[in-house]
Amino acid sequence: MTSTSRNKTNSKGVAITGMGIISAIGNNLEANRKALLSSTPGVGDLKNINSKQGGQIKVGEVGFTNEELISILQLPKDNNFTRTALLGLVAAKEAAANADISNNDELRTGFISATSVGGMDMTERYFKVFETQPETQKFITSHYVGDSTQKIADVLNITGFVTTISTACSSAANAIMLGARLITAGKLDRVIVGGTDALSKFTINGFKTLMILSTEACAPFDADRKGLNLGEAAAYLVLESDDLVEKDNKKVLARVTGYGNANDAFHQTASSETGEGAFLAMQKALDISRLAPSQIDYVNAHGTATPNNDLSESIAIQRIFGETVPDFSSTKAFTGHTLAAAGVIEAVFSVVAIQEQTVFPNLNFKTKIPETGLVPATSLKRKKIEHVLSNSFGFGGNCSTLIFSKA
Amino acid sequence: MKPCYIHSATSISAQPTFESDVLHFEMIAPTQEKIEAIHPNYKDFMSPIALRRMATGVKMGVAAATKALQLSNTPQPDAILIGTGMGCIEDTEKFLNAMIANEEEFLTPTAFIQSTHNTVGAQIALGIKCKAYNNTYVHGALSFESALLDAQLMLQNDEATNILVGGVDELGTEFVDAVRMMEDKTPDGIKCPIGEGASFFVLSSKYKNESVQLVDVIGYSSISQESLTKKTHTFLHQNNLSFSDIDALILGANGDAFDTFYDEFASVFPETIPTLSHKQWSGEFFTASGFALFLSYEILKLGEIPSNLLQNKTAKSDIKTILLYNQFKGRDHSFMLLKSC
Repeated sequence: MTSTSRNKTNSKGVAITGMGIISAIGNNLEANRKALLSSTPGVGDLKNINSKQGGQIKVGEVGFTNEELISILQLPKDNNFTRTALLGLVAAKEAAANADISNNDELRTGFISATSVGGMDMTERYFKVFETQPETQKFITSHYVGDSTQKIADVLNITGFVTTISTACSSAANAIMLGARLITAGKLDRVIVGGTDALSKFTINGFKTLMILSTEACAPFDADRKGLNLGEAAAYLVLESDDLVEKDNKKVLARVTGYGNANDAFHQTASSETGEGAFLAMQKALDISRLAPSQIDYVNAHGTATPNNDLSESIAIQRIFGETVPDFSSTKAFTGHTLAAAGVIEAVFSVVAIQEQTVFPNLNFKTKIPETGLVPATSLKRKKIEHVLSNSFGFGGNCSTLIFSKA
Repeated sequence: MKPCYIHSATSISAQPTFESDVLHFEMIAPTQEKIEAIHPNYKDFMSPIALRRMATGVKMGVAAATKALQLSNTPQPDAILIGTGMGCIEDTEKFLNAMIANEEEFLTPTAFIQSTHNTVGAQIALGIKCKAYNNTYVHGALSFESALLDAQLMLQNDEATNILVGGVDELGTEFVDAVRMMEDKTPDGIKCPIGEGASFFVLSSKYKNESVQLVDVIGYSSISQESLTKKTHTFLHQNNLSFSDIDALILGANGDAFDTFYDEFASVFPETIPTLSHKQWSGEFFTASGFALFLSYEILKLGEIPSNLLQNKTAKSDIKTILLYNQFKGRDHSFMLLKSC
């Protein structure tokens, strides 16, 4: 392939031909769209997990219990699906159906999924009884994080390139990025990319020790923000090569036109004061997309509502956009912070923003952060949207940015 | 498309691979349940304060990475790509046990912070202040191969020139016993110890004297035993090679019922080709193929297989091309093709 043709592909971007999602604001794509367009958040009290922290936190939980999910998916009674795999399968099946995928046999199809907890929701229940209770032993092999990916790939009949990415809260953004790069390089014809993370006691208690869980609904980018709400969710995008889009006369929902991955290299959990990693990730994504910052119409920010992230991200946004920061919002007050899935949840929201030509509100915002004075979009805003930039940052300094453009 | 050369290779393993220059391995008794890596003096690679907090996998990863970067004279790689199957299981167990024992009270954050799968990649980046592309692959027995695949993609497409790639897994203390228990319950289970280790490489698109080239790497989520030969043939054919062009095979046999895949795989190659099963030296773990790649790299540098590794097999001089094949429980198959140049 000559570099000219590759650059041409880069500037046009990679086609998104299907999406599927399950989150606290809805069990499918249309329910999520409806909740976003009616500014209806999904954050509330913890119901599915029996945790001591339950009374003190708010979470974005998926409405269905495991039993309900098993029944919807028509899985056999003796299955060893973890909640992470159950949520992932619901969303991946919707994405495949949404892209009208019938048969993968003839094509080079891949599957890239992100998760941070993997099978922890079952491991934390049975860790101390694996040896003595044989009925729990089926969950030993479902602990490692690749398990949910393999189960979903099997149902979708994807036998070729299948992998899992885990870079904490930027995981799914990196899965989308790898998929887009594989399509651009001509290595795959089609790739389903995204991620899944279930809530677990392990993560709830982990974030609790970091003292960054809010006792009330989170308020991203607010001066008085008190921390984040955890959430659980899964979502996938179907990415296809232009040849395939043309051959099958596919409807293109939007395109992935930019991606950037950088490391803050500052601290294992905290972001640097200058937002260096975030700045570099956004800059790289803009370079790949060949867009000027002024061409970005909406920024779906990482905006976890922790004191550290929102200040650091605000500074990085100002470094990129200067005086004219585009409309921006964090949608985490809708869904909670869905960790490894966040990057693809917000990718779906970015595509919906393009489809609906609407900026979604940053709920619960009252007062601007004094250091930056940035004010996010606080109500639904209809406007012309060509390009959306979406940020995902994680522990370990892992920062990733994606850019989605109107097809 | 640019080629992919290996400029350095390091491995911390159950064998003296890290500090010794000689490839002399002792077979681990197959009855042994698990085997720890031979740990170097980590104080040579990191500060005592940092060391105190680090779990085994992070220590192994940082030390193996540091040495790989030094050997190839690469102060700042253009990307850091890590594969790990079980991630930071030691700190995961620590936090999980504390949570269960104290019923969700009096917990401290250190173990949780370091339990995320990207801790090794993050600590390496932090240590050398590397702000470049940083990713962690966690797909069981394809974790390390996924990192290699991404590295190859980056080099081929000129997205990077020098990349640090590593595979790392630590034993942990408790979950591993549950895994062992399940294997030992059945006669079809794994018959070699569960191991640990860290193998790191600097890959580059630049040719260097006496380089070893990673010609190709591929992973498949599933392959039937019947179609294995066809897939192998296609892989070699795509690289303009046939079965008879391969000088040695390195296989991931671990003694379980799925070793029939390796028998099937090897059956189509000429009988004169030496075949080594590396897990008798490294033990079985999700990123044991990193050890296999290290071993292959060293053999290609020597041009021959040291006699103590041959175990009565016929020696073959002038080894220039090596094919590696691994799978786990009949899933997650991978081929890696290397040649000296």
